Amino acid sequence: MAKIVVVTSGKGGVGKTTTSAAIGAGLAKAGHRTVLVDFDVGLRNLDLIMGCERRVVYDFINVIHEEASLNQALIRDKRVDNLFILAASQTRDKDALTEDGVERVLTELSRDFDYIICDSPAGIERGALLAMYFADEAIIVTNPEVSSVRDSDRVLGILASKTRRAANGEPPVREQLLLTRYSPLRVQKGEMLSVEDVKEILAIDLLGVIPESQAVLNASNAGVPVILEEESDAGQAYQDAVARFLGEERPHRFLQLEKKGLFGRLFGG
Amino acid sequence: MSFLDYFRSQGKRSASVAKERLQIVVARERANRGGPDYLPELQSEILKVIRRYVEVDQDAVQIQLDREGDCEVLELNITLPERH
Ligand SMILES: Nc1ncnc2c1ncn2[C@@H]1O[C@H](COP(=O)(O)OP(=O)(O)OP(=O)(O)O)[C@@H](O)[C@H]1O
Ligand SMILES: [Mg+2]
Repeated sequence: MAKIVVVTSGKGGVGKTTTSAAIGAGLAKAGHRTVLVDFDVGLRNLDLIMGCERRVVYDFINVIHEEASLNQALIRDKRVDNLFILAASQTRDKDALTEDGVERVLTELSRDFDYIICDSPAGIERGALLAMYFADEAIIVTNPEVSSVRDSDRVLGILASKTRRAANGEPPVREQLLLTRYSPLRVQKGEMLSVEDVKEILAIDLLGVIPESQAVLNASNAGVPVILEEESDAGQAYQDAVARFLGEERPHRFLQLEKKGLFGRLFGG
Repeated sequence: MSFLDYFRSQGKRSASVAKERLQIVVARERANRGGPDYLPELQSEILKVIRRYVEVDQDAVQIQLDREGDCEVLELNITLPERH
């Protein structure tokens, strides 16, 4: 039986797809059979971030409509063993996702995989709700910024009340916070909410803090999940997050400014 | 204290203002969360009724459910436009 993990945020553009790709690749590298499912119907992007956009023949909606089998639609990653991608459709509208259809596909994937990572679209409409509905665990991607934190809190409300687990009276969806695009410099200057601030407001466990990093853009340009850029700060922060996700305890890095240069020393701190 | 701290303390306010505002709005939204699903609809119908008589803004009707012990209190706030 697979664990179903939704990567969600409410607010758009905060780093869900970047995170889905990184966490999925990290879990697969750790030896777990992992599939990434793009729920962003109409605006698919996971295939681009994973660098497999030219290999998409059939998508999630084709499988739901039984126009293709899962085996035909699943794309095997060429870099990491155990990693597969199920792309979203670019042409259909969101209503093409049905609860029955999603459930059928997730049930079939559950037989073959250890982890199913659902990359949610932004907002709290149908696609986002369906991405959350069947989840066992949720990674709440949040930027240290007011509207993102507020939207994350709304999403927490939905996870607690409008999921299969809630409907069946089962133990709640496990919720973990991933704070991304974090800038220690701006936090130190008092311009940005700190990790403590956000933790205090949302009151859920912290999975990791991903720094604002040029490496993310570079990796997406190349179609490589940033976690495979092993030397980069963001890549290492995602590696730590995956290790924590798998139960390991690791200290949080990249929360402080780098050692001060001459400029910093001159002007004191 | 270096002279840059002066500017820093200015900035410090912006993050702490953000935190305070968030704490308030999140607390209010959480309080409404457990409430019945019909609240948003109730709110929009009340707005419609008010608008039959007075022209008011979209956010003129604020509805909030508070719990006091075993008792639930529905607090309704309607802001009318200033009179000319
Ligand atoms: N840690 C980071 N540092 C710098 N840029 C980042 C970081 N994380 C994400 N980004 C950038 O932010 C943008 C949005 O990222 P992404 O597509 O992953 O967000 P999303 O939440 O999936 O968006 P959408 O809601 O549209 O699906 C991208 O340009 C990405 O490169
Ligand atoms: Mg996305």
